[in-house]
Amino acid sequence: MKVAVQREDFDLGAEVQDLSKQSQSIGAVASFVGLVREVPMTLEHYPGMTERAIAKIVAEAKGRWQVMDCTVIHRYGALKPNDRIVLVAVASAHRGDAFAACEFIMDYLKTRAPFWKKEQVAAGARWVEAKAADDQAAERWQ
Amino acid sequence: MKNVRILYFASVRENIGKDAEEIELPAGVATVAALRSHLRSRGGAYESAFAEKALLRAAVNQDMVQPAAAIKAGDEVAFFPPVTGG
Repeated sequence: MKVAVQREDFDLGAEVQDLSKQSQSIGAVASFVGLVREVPMTLEHYPGMTERAIAKIVAEAKGRWQVMDCTVIHRYGALKPNDRIVLVAVASAHRGDAFAACEFIMDYLKTRAPFWKKEQVAAGARWVEAKAADDQAAERWQ
Repeated sequence: MKNVRILYFASVRENIGKDAEEIELPAGVATVAALRSHLRSRGGAYESAFAEKALLRAAVNQDMVQPAAAIKAGDEVAFFPPVTGG
């Protein structure tokens, strides 16, 4: 398992290739990349807790699906439109487990990992408010 | 000494103008909710940042917790708005 919270960008191809090589039994890798949409932003996080929260989410996914390995990378700091924010890639024997675990990890990241987005709009900077839709997306797994 | 370390993030940090502080736990303050009330009672920026209507989340020792969660000397307690990563 690889969990990284970093300022730097990541390379989707290289990450998926590394993940795919972890075992010859891997038959599926599902990946999700989240991007900055339209507005420049700054992402703040809680160092220490962030890594811990992501590791807990991954552990929960492993308890529900057959997850052979996974990579989660989340960026922080200043980001501009089209920049990559987050990568979740899950390796499994078959696609069903890989798709489900990838979506689950992403939904839980949105509601449980301590990140906060501050958008730079024309009128100034404003903190993004949490969306009820994100809570609902996470709740459907319970 | 019955000290706890308190961390503030995002809008909470900006509203009170600091990212961390260490305080001595007042007698009778044994939960996250009680600590929140204590901070609100300081008045000024704390009063609005910790107002009852303010939507806040808390973590104790880096685990997200409910308001009724216990706190004790030596704990790291954090207050922040609902998260918006991903």
